Amino acid sequence: MTVTELVPYEDALASYDPVMGLEVHVELGTKTKMFCGCSTELGADANSQTCPTCLGLPGALPVVNATGVESAIRIGLALHCEIAEWCRFARKNYFYPDMPKNFQTSQYDEPIAFNGYLDVQLEDGEIFRVEIERAHMEEDTGKSTHVGGATGRIHGARHSLLDYNRAGIPLIEIVTKPIEGAGERAPEVAKAYVAELRELIKALGVSEARMEMGQMRCDVNLSLRPNGTEKFGTRSETKNVNSLRSVERAVRYEISRHAGVLNAGGKIVQETRHFHEEDGSTTAGRIKEEAEDYRYFPEPDLVPVAPAREWVEELRGTLPELPRVRRNRLREEWGISEHDMQSILNAGAVDLIEATIAAGADSAAARKWWMGELARRANEEGTALAELPISPAQVARIAALVADGSLNDKLARQVIEGVLAGEGEPDAVVEQRGLKLVSDDSALGAAVDEAIAANAAIADKIRAGKVAAAGALVGAVMKATRGQADAARVRELILEKLGVEG
Amino acid sequence: MDIIKLTAAGIAEKIVSGELTAVQVTEAHLARIDAVDEKVHAFLHVDREGALAQARAVDEKRARGEKLGPLAGVPLALKDIFTTEGIPTTVGSKILEGWIPPYDATLTKRLKDADVVILGKTNMDEFAMGSSTENSAYGPTGNPWDLTKIPGGSGGGSSAALASYEAPLAIGTDTGGSIRQPAAVTGTVGVKPTYGAVSRYGMVAFSSSLDQGGPCARTVLDAALLHEVIAGHDPLDSTSIDAPVPPVVEAARNGSVAGMRVGVVKQFRGEGYQAGVLQRFDESVELLRELGAEIVEVDCPSFDLALAAYYLIAPSECSSNLARFDGLRYGLRTGDDGTRSAEDVTALTREAGFGPEVKRRVMLGTYALSSGYYDAYYGSAQKVRTLITRDFEKAFEQVDVLVSPTTPTTAFAIGERADDPMAMYLADLCTIPTNLAGNAAMSLPCGLAPEDGLPVGLQIIAPAMKDDRLYKVGAAVEAAFTERWGHPLLEEAPSL
Repeated sequence: MTVTELVPYEDALASYDPVMGLEVHVELGTKTKMFCGCSTELGADANSQTCPTCLGLPGALPVVNATGVESAIRIGLALHCEIAEWCRFARKNYFYPDMPKNFQTSQYDEPIAFNGYLDVQLEDGEIFRVEIERAHMEEDTGKSTHVGGATGRIHGARHSLLDYNRAGIPLIEIVTKPIEGAGERAPEVAKAYVAELRELIKALGVSEARMEMGQMRCDVNLSLRPNGTEKFGTRSETKNVNSLRSVERAVRYEISRHAGVLNAGGKIVQETRHFHEEDGSTTAGRIKEEAEDYRYFPEPDLVPVAPAREWVEELRGTLPELPRVRRNRLREEWGISEHDMQSILNAGAVDLIEATIAAGADSAAARKWWMGELARRANEEGTALAELPISPAQVARIAALVADGSLNDKLARQVIEGVLAGEGEPDAVVEQRGLKLVSDDSALGAAVDEAIAANAAIADKIRAGKVAAAGALVGAVMKATRGQADAARVRELILEKLGVEG
Repeated sequence: MDIIKLTAAGIAEKIVSGELTAVQVTEAHLARIDAVDEKVHAFLHVDREGALAQARAVDEKRARGEKLGPLAGVPLALKDIFTTEGIPTTVGSKILEGWIPPYDATLTKRLKDADVVILGKTNMDEFAMGSSTENSAYGPTGNPWDLTKIPGGSGGGSSAALASYEAPLAIGTDTGGSIRQPAAVTGTVGVKPTYGAVSRYGMVAFSSSLDQGGPCARTVLDAALLHEVIAGHDPLDSTSIDAPVPPVVEAARNGSVAGMRVGVVKQFRGEGYQAGVLQRFDESVELLRELGAEIVEVDCPSFDLALAAYYLIAPSECSSNLARFDGLRYGLRTGDDGTRSAEDVTALTREAGFGPEVKRRVMLGTYALSSGYYDAYYGSAQKVRTLITRDFEKAFEQVDVLVSPTTPTTAFAIGERADDPMAMYLADLCTIPTNLAGNAAMSLPCGLAPEDGLPVGLQIIAPAMKDDRLYKVGAAVEAAFTERWGHPLLEEAPSL
């Protein structure tokens, strides 16, 4: 195989116009599988969550999970899709050992939701509309582990282990229409779309949509056409691009690769490609000698799904505010820039900050703690912000203690440390660690008197009107009280005692 | 008293009254199996211990004074297509040789819950594909009327078990006639209930949209009693009908056709129909008229296309249903010597495990569903299906039930059509439209064909969910014929 010369990205875009298609699979967070009553809990012993139906035993039959249908409809509605009045499941016939029936129960020409769109916001605030072709219901396959080969793929493996716990977990496949007009921003659009979709899925509460756990998986289809032409070029299909960054890189790589092939007078082969996290490249999958023929036909074991219009409208009423709309609303409420909002979003802090504000903190304080100290701690421990053992209510309490002068920032950080260490609620940590600011005038008075006595020269300067010199005395008091004094109050007391107006 | 010649209703009554014990009844039937099944080969597996344990449990229940169900203690022969926990289920195929299902079909469970004694599993055409039981991987079954003739198919084991008095009740499945045609050629009663009436959960699929389990018996009332036990909504089968079971037992106890309009389908006669079959059929129509029915000729033009549509739809669905038999998880595995790939082992397993008829239909179906051919084959067949359903609807606007011969000929000789699939397929000419439309039908004996002395079946067809009409008409016809003959038809069968 000849190695394709990659064309620098900007050069590729100078000659070609990219067209993308994104297919995203979302594992629904239903308690049971799509067609049987088995648990969908992750991490159980292999094949412990199986039954005759999801093992495809002779005679077993599927029954549709109503919650799965409901989730599909809610996703469809949130994507501004039409919801089918009547649709069927279909069998997609192909052979693979991790698919117990050797057909996947899916939907074909009658998807539950179709013709929608999702507006995504790019980093500069521009809105790009991604048209949705369809969202349909299907079941996941089992998981194969190929043992003994060099690549971990089935080719060359000595044997394979099959775990059917995942077989039958409900999936929603969301397919875009061809995404045109993104131009040089194609990689950014792709990433923003998947990110927005993930936020939407999470906001709907139908899945945790954790890409690293395989709960959300993305296939990237890409083709190039010469600038100014209409006809689509031949596309490549890059499978299992499973992080936001990878989506962006895969699009970028494929643009450069396609341009290289086309510039050299070559032809793009319509093929499946694998994405490599290490270097962001793609390589060709196994070349299929003939086009796969899935022999779709309506699933005779299931009755058609015909969601009543009243039910669909009822579900429409349960839709949450769209993540993009919500983000913009919060950004305005918090009075921050697009860029700051993006950082908050990237940090996974939107919900946390909102909840902290709801618990009584002002927005600046809530943002400061989550994006500052707490983000640093999460980063250090390599965990997500939301995973930190501190609640928005606790952060709000700490902010309140700072606001009323009970704590200063330095002490507040120690309280946070205590809460994270499991020492209890913020007030308990303050109590146990003895972190309360000393603002009691009688206790401070003695320390102030001592400082004045010990620094007579400075005191004189202050009496003479050099108020700025008070800082040195404040420092001395703070030192004497091991930082637990309220610095502002200390300053007031010093000036008072020296008979100077502050 | 000859226990094995009793009806199911009679046995149940005698067990309740204490005249017989369930163990006595079961032992009598096991003894009959021992005596004749070597010749008949109705059973693939006899569950002697299980049957006796079930029978003992019934007797203990009675001893404790518990109320017994209407078929408690009555033995039954179960077609080997329903899963039975701990008992082999082969579907007549080598590919499931040695497979012990870990679960009971809903139907199996209902039989057990009703204290019906399951004697064992009966022979069948492999995956229910056939009309003679010759396609069983485990050898053919003989027709008790003449052991050189076929007992019908695919449920030939069940019909032969009834006709040879090995069991008073049996279960069949009917995809294109596999209950009715065997009933017809063995002089027994078989009912294909409305599609969705009997759960398919645990019934190994041949063609999901056509398959329907149903009761087989020697009398109309026995079939009704069994119908009531096995029918009813099952949440494990999405296509199961969530509605009360029609009053079949009441209908069977009150047979009558007085004032009913009975349709004779124009399309069900002509070339290919044996003279003696048509003669007995015409006599049956005459009998219906004598019993007070109004006879109406009805035209169902789409029925001429039924066979062609069936042989596209059924193979298409089976090509997908049978894909799971790959040798990886259960049943036969051939050629796994450590050097071959999974795909090669699957190919070798299927080569060895599937018989020629199964391979033929899987290939037909795979072709019919393939891209570029789907619309012409599967799509057209579905349109024909709609037309047939409409023909039925129109017919049932004029009449209460339809009647026809069940099958164009009496039992043919084993081997006679084995190499001629088209001739074999014609056996289901009259039964297939009902499967395509999803309504209900019964076959019951209407005499012996004069030219060969073999049983002829009368088919009664009712609209969907009007299964009770089959029993009402069937019971009236049965009573009148029995009176005319002086005894049940089966008494004329030679003793084995």
